[in-house]
Amino acid sequence: MTTTPSAITVQSVSKSFGRGDAAVRVLQDVSVEIGAREFFTLLGPSGCGKTTLLRLIAGFEDLDSGAILIEGARIDHLAPFQRPVNTVFQSYALFPHLTVAQNVAFALEMQNLSAAEVRRRAGEALEMVRMGAFASRKPSELSGGQQQRVALARALAPRPKVLLLDEPLSALDLKLRKEMQIELKQLQTEAGITFVFVTHDQEEALTLSDRIAVMQGGRILQLDTPRAIYERPAHRFVADFIGEINLLDGQVSGPGKVRLDCGAEIAAPADQAAGARVTVAIRPERASLAQGGALPAEVTHAAYLGTATILQLRLANGAPFLLRAATANLPEIGAHVTLSLPPEALQVFAA
Amino acid sequence: MSATSPFRRAGLVGPALLVVLILVGVPLGIMAWVSLLGRGSTIGVDWQSAPSFANYTKLIWEEDFDGTLLFNPTYLSILWRSVWQAAATTVICVTLGLPVALWMSSLTRGARDVAILLITIPFWTNLLVRNYAWLIILREDGVVSQTANAIWPFGPVQLLYNDTAILIGLVYSFLPFMILPIYAGFEKFDWRLLEAAYDLGANRRRALMRVIIPLAMPGIIAGAMLVFIPSLGSFVTAAILGGGKSMMMGNLIQLQFGQSRNWPFGATISVVLLALMMLVLMGIAIWKNRQEAKR
Repeated sequence: MTTTPSAITVQSVSKSFGRGDAAVRVLQDVSVEIGAREFFTLLGPSGCGKTTLLRLIAGFEDLDSGAILIEGARIDHLAPFQRPVNTVFQSYALFPHLTVAQNVAFALEMQNLSAAEVRRRAGEALEMVRMGAFASRKPSELSGGQQQRVALARALAPRPKVLLLDEPLSALDLKLRKEMQIELKQLQTEAGITFVFVTHDQEEALTLSDRIAVMQGGRILQLDTPRAIYERPAHRFVADFIGEINLLDGQVSGPGKVRLDCGAEIAAPADQAAGARVTVAIRPERASLAQGGALPAEVTHAAYLGTATILQLRLANGAPFLLRAATANLPEIGAHVTLSLPPEALQVFAA
Repeated sequence: MSATSPFRRAGLVGPALLVVLILVGVPLGIMAWVSLLGRGSTIGVDWQSAPSFANYTKLIWEEDFDGTLLFNPTYLSILWRSVWQAAATTVICVTLGLPVALWMSSLTRGARDVAILLITIPFWTNLLVRNYAWLIILREDGVVSQTANAIWPFGPVQLLYNDTAILIGLVYSFLPFMILPIYAGFEKFDWRLLEAAYDLGANRRRALMRVIIPLAMPGIIAGAMLVFIPSLGSFVTAAILGGGKSMMMGNLIQLQFGQSRNWPFGATISVVLLALMMLVLMGIAIWKNRQEAKR
């Protein structure tokens, strides 16, 4: 990826909405390089600036400062219709007065291609999303998933260098969303273009992405592969936002030792000075029930999931703890157990 | 699956139908009947005369002393002028109204309410008074005339008592009826469609032609009907700003019922006017049906 030029370069981009004292800084000095043919995800809670960044790339908003380049050429001064990017909108934004075929042909007609070429390429794009049979329908006659496919075909038809997707699956029900996730990934491989995908759904982000930028408060907190983000979150926020995690507050009591607020002292890779307040994080599947473990707890609830059981535990100070355990030899509800927390599974964040 | 009995339904719909029948159907019937009768000597109509289409032929042919029919373009030219003026008014109102409606829908909530208020303010004053106001604005020693004459190098500009004056007056009077329905359509407009058009490579002009205008079409049609039909029958504006020199159908009708005391001929022109409006409405309905069928 280092040899191919970046598909998109975002250079210290800032953006505020409103003026004077009422101004809200939505993006603060954000820089990111997105590689060619990469499935890149902007992940974060609502209001983190992910959609604004996407709209800046599309050209629907103007930059306050910074620069945006596509394949090395600046595009931030261009109007949206001059940029080699296309957007799949959250609401699909299909033209209600045009048929499916006319919707998909729209961008091709704007390029002044011949009628035959427009028809051929619109047909191809529709076949790619398996919607060829619906060419003469109106968008209002389609289901949500079908509209989603048409929106994808419409954005892919002009063969953009980059496809921007603004929470495109959020309006679909769970089953359809799972199917579309797989299709989306296949489509990206087939089309061979860069996808910039915006979502607040961390599971979706983990499933689809080559790399994820986790955003909060207008900044990118961590930019890495899904695996690295899940296993080695760089911030307490990232750890908490991605997947399920137990966050235990405590105080560094010595080199590599943390005394948790529940009273237990555990071995943890803390490099803070003794006395510093820290948060220790561990995924539910990395802790285990063990006799003589460092952390005593009481079982309050068990949820059977088939492949595993999620145990809800309560620590001595009342703090909750989630544990993903094998379904064999489970303790009773109300039983007092001890947990083993392997130090290599722990992450320590300054509080 | 309504359990409403036919009697109950008749009881519910009946009064409204009766009112329409008495207040619309009967007068229209009388008008159509009168249009077939002859002119009376004391009152406007001779109820005893034998019905004939003489009044309708009079619209086109003039009877010479020896009884031969000569083509008389006077009434047809008035009719043509009315249609032409109404059509021009409608086109100008669309051209002016569409951008205003578009701009209004881009305003904030509060500013929109102010804009709607500003557009409806003229309705607080009587149409007659507003037309007299235009008389003052456009007259020879008025501000507009003087300014126009100072700038325009090719001789004096005559703004009053001609077709242009009527057109200005009609556009002014009916513009709100164009803006409001178009605006009502834009109020529900999904602006992301415009973003989508830009995103897919449409510049402003093409986004306007391909997305905004097609989606604003129901409002434009409603506005066009609200402007064209009353303009076709209007007479106040033509009477005041046309100065009696430029006549429209409305003035002709008024003249027949008034000074000329020729009710049957007035009724004839009214029937023709009504038929014209019906034709326009039917044309729009057919066009709309075809659009629906295409969907």
